[in-house]
This record gives sequence, C-alpha cells and structure tokens, in this order.
Amino acid sequence: MSDRRDVVELTSEFFRIGSSSFTDFVSRVSPDVLPSSRAAVAGMGDLSPHGTTIVAATFPGGVVVAGDRRATMGNIIAQRDIEKVFAADEFSIIGIAGAAGLAVELVGLFQVELEHYEKIEGAPLSLVGKANRLATMIRLNLGLAMQGLVVVPLFAGWDEATGEGRIFSYDATGGRYEEHAYFSVGSGSVFARGSLKKLYRPDFDEGEAALAVIQALYDAADDDSSTGGPDMARKIFPVVLAATEDGVQRLGDEQIAGLVDQLMASRAERPDGPGAPLA
Amino acid sequence: MSLPFYVAPEQQMKDRADYARKGIARGRSVVVLHYADGILFVAENRSQALHKVSEIYDRVAFAAVGRYNEFENLRQAGIRYADVRGYTYDRTDVTGRGLANMYAQVLGTIFSSGGDKPYEVEIVVAELGATPAQDQIYRLTYDGSVADEANFAVMGGSADAIAEIVSSGFTHGLRLAEAAKLAVGALGSDGGPNAAPRSLGVEALEVAVLDRTRAMPRKFRRIKGDRLAALLADGSQPTNGT
Repeated sequence: MSDRRDVVELTSEFFRIGSSSFTDFVSRVSPDVLPSSRAAVAGMGDLSPHGTTIVAATFPGGVVVAGDRRATMGNIIAQRDIEKVFAADEFSIIGIAGAAGLAVELVGLFQVELEHYEKIEGAPLSLVGKANRLATMIRLNLGLAMQGLVVVPLFAGWDEATGEGRIFSYDATGGRYEEHAYFSVGSGSVFARGSLKKLYRPDFDEGEAALAVIQALYDAADDDSSTGGPDMARKIFPVVLAATEDGVQRLGDEQIAGLVDQLMASRAERPDGPGAPLA
Repeated sequence: MSLPFYVAPEQQMKDRADYARKGIARGRSVVVLHYADGILFVAENRSQALHKVSEIYDRVAFAAVGRYNEFENLRQAGIRYADVRGYTYDRTDVTGRGLANMYAQVLGTIFSSGGDKPYEVEIVVAELGATPAQDQIYRLTYDGSVADEANFAVMGGSADAIAEIVSSGFTHGLRLAEAAKLAVGALGSDGGPNAAPRSLGVEALEVAVLDRTRAMPRKFRRIKGDRLAALLADGSQPTNGT
C-alpha cells in the first residue's frame, strides 16, 4: 500500500471540488510525503541537527528577517553555512529555528501551500491568512514536537491591506502571536532580543534595520555557543531578507559584507557593540 | 421491459464527437503562439474573474475553451498533479509532457466510456523549455488525442478562420507586441475573409505569457489593464511583473 502511494497516481481525489489547500489534498492522496507522517519516537530530537537564531525587525517601509548560518548537534557544528530564512512567497518571509531537517521540510511544504492556493483560487492569501495557515501546520507537528523534534518559525511579510511590515511568532503547539517592532526566536533569541531592545528605533530605513538585526545576531553569537557569528575567513555572513511593497528581496552578498565590515570595525573599538544612553 | 435500440459503435462515437464539437464551437477562441522570449496566450474573454488561461507550474501553463466547469475541473486537477509531483520529487520533474499525457488519459477515458457525456473542451498545455527550440505547445481535444503544435494553436469557435490569419502573419522570433497584435487581430477576424473584422479592446481580452526573461522560477505572468493597452497600442515592451 505505502509503495503504491509513492507514485503520483491519478485518482478521483484530483477532481474533487472545493479544496484549495495543498496539505489537505496531499494528506488524502499521498500522506507519506508529509513531514507529519513521521513516527514519533521519544528522544528523536537528539538525532537531528538544530538550527538556531532568527531575528526580525520592522521599519516604516517593510520588515527585515535575518538568520545566522550555524546548525549544531550537541557540541558539534553540524553545518556552518545552513540557510534558515526563506521567501515564503512574493510578499512574505519565513525563518526557522529548531530541528533543521524537519524545519526545512516544513518551509518547503508551506511554500507549496501558498503557491497552490494562489494558483487554484487565482489570488494570493492575505498576510494574516498565511500566518494562520502556518499555525495549523505547526499544530499538526505537535506529536513530533513532544518527542523533541520542535520547529519554531518566525513569519514576517508585507501586508498589502494595511501597508506595513508585520511579524508573527509561534509556539510549538501552534499558538500564533503578532509581534510589534522586533522579535527573535531560537537558542540565542534571549540575547538577540536584549540587543534589539537597546538598538531598535521605529524610524529605521531598510539598511539600518538590516544592520540592527546583524548586530543582534552578533550579540546572540557572543553569548550562545549554538549561534554562529560572521565567519570572516570563509566569508559566511548572515542571510538577510527584506519584504517591502515591491516584494521580498534577499540583500546582496556585497551589501551584507559591507554591513558586517562596518559592524566589525565598530566592535574592534567597543566589543560589546553600540552603547545606549543611560537616561 | 423493452430492449434498447442497437447503435453501431461507429455511430455512437460519431454522435459523441459531434456533441462535443458543437459545445466547443459555441465559445470564443484562444490563440497560443511562440514569440521571441517564450509563449504567448491570447483569449477573447470578457470576464476578469473566470480565466481561460492560467498557471500550472513554474514553466507550464494551461489554456482552454468550451464548458467552463469542465475545463476548470481539469485545470485544478493539473495544478494538484503538478504540485504533488514537484513536492514529492523535485520542481524540475514536473513537465508539460507528463501533464499532457495525464489530460489525454482523462479525456480519452471520459470520451469512450459509455456512461458520462464527453467533455466539451479543448485544451492547450504549453511548456517553456530550457532553450526556445525546446518550447512545446500540446493541444488536446475532447477525445483525448494530443497534437504537438509547431508554431501556434487556435481553439474554439471559428478556429479555422482565425488559424488562417495567424499562420499568414506568423514568423519565428516575433516580438511580444507583434505576436500580441497578430493574435488579437486574428481573434477579431473570426467572421472569415468576407466579414469586417471586429475590434477587441483590453476589456475583452485575457493575455498571459510564459516569459523566459523573468528572473524568478515562476515564468507565468498576466498582462492586463494599462500594460496590455500599452502593449497593443505602441508595441513597447511592458516591464516585468503583473
């Protein structure tokens, strides 16, 4: 039975009327390919590499999301150039912390989910609709999360209806929370959030917001061994994506390298980063 | 209980084919043709909501004429088929040929099965290849036969009259504006050589392209409103985006 399901076979389900959700559809025709079809076994979290810190910050014209490049397995660095921030569709970004393999799979599924809806319905979901859809998908993963395979996404995007950048965070049970101004998830998030608390200003432009999230990632890497700082020798720098009314764009390598150089120069003067006024 | 009349299978198939052809001939037409940067779809369609042309996958698009609910059903099945395949294997494993085969099976089965009425539809599955020489236009008819069209395909009522105009103006490497004007002119000349051509405005047209020059993986793009008017007026190339 399960062998047959690996092949895409045309059944009456393909002609069923009414569903524009890819996940719902696949769970009927080919459930084995879904991430939630894994058997939940106690302690499986130790078998998977973990991705770490994601930071997001809004600015008047949109929102930026950045992630460090490290995945760890216990004390081992499993990968030093992993990418954990992706464009979910034309106007939204998803960053993921937690079990890396499952998280990447979940992002792939979420991307198809949004594209599938857009093609079937002829119009994209609203930003809040996308955020809610992601909550459902995280909820389906609860059984795995209980066994240690936790995925914690951070979702952000340009809301065409309200004309602003918005950030949504999630817990492992699928709870969805809207965050204002800035937020961070993952093992280094406590430090990153503390850093942004002092650095964030509501009148940032895109470049300043990008520098602020890179500063926050640096502070996270400074105090959390699972978060990777900029790798100057290998030129591996954080991934930064911005969502504005023009859509999602990944900031170019040169621009990031410039921002990282700026950061390193100022940290050489003051290793703890920019100081905030005392009062 | 009375016995049903005997109907020869030839007659039965002919009746079904006539039935399907009549249904298709009632609708307005669609022209699909190659141009310099990809494949252009032009449909006469006064509805902004009910599409005759749509995106199936990164490099594959769909156009149809005939009964709306029937081709809409096929369109959704195609999107599901492509998305499941792309998710299970890889995005590059979704091909126009595979999709055309799937549609051929479905249409053929419905046509020759005794119970259902045949679908009154004709569809085109077009795929952008890696190079212009590999671009494909597959045309499928109500009975499941597939034709691999060389330069262009015309479907719907008065397809012959329209195809004649397109074929007289078609050359390889047409610019987008030239191809669009050719298709729109042909759609308006559906009355044949003796009738005055109708002039089709932006509101009566549905235009889309599979555009090789588009930076993102999804190559399908609709051209509508001001962009379409500009394209048909002075022939300037619209910029990327919808």
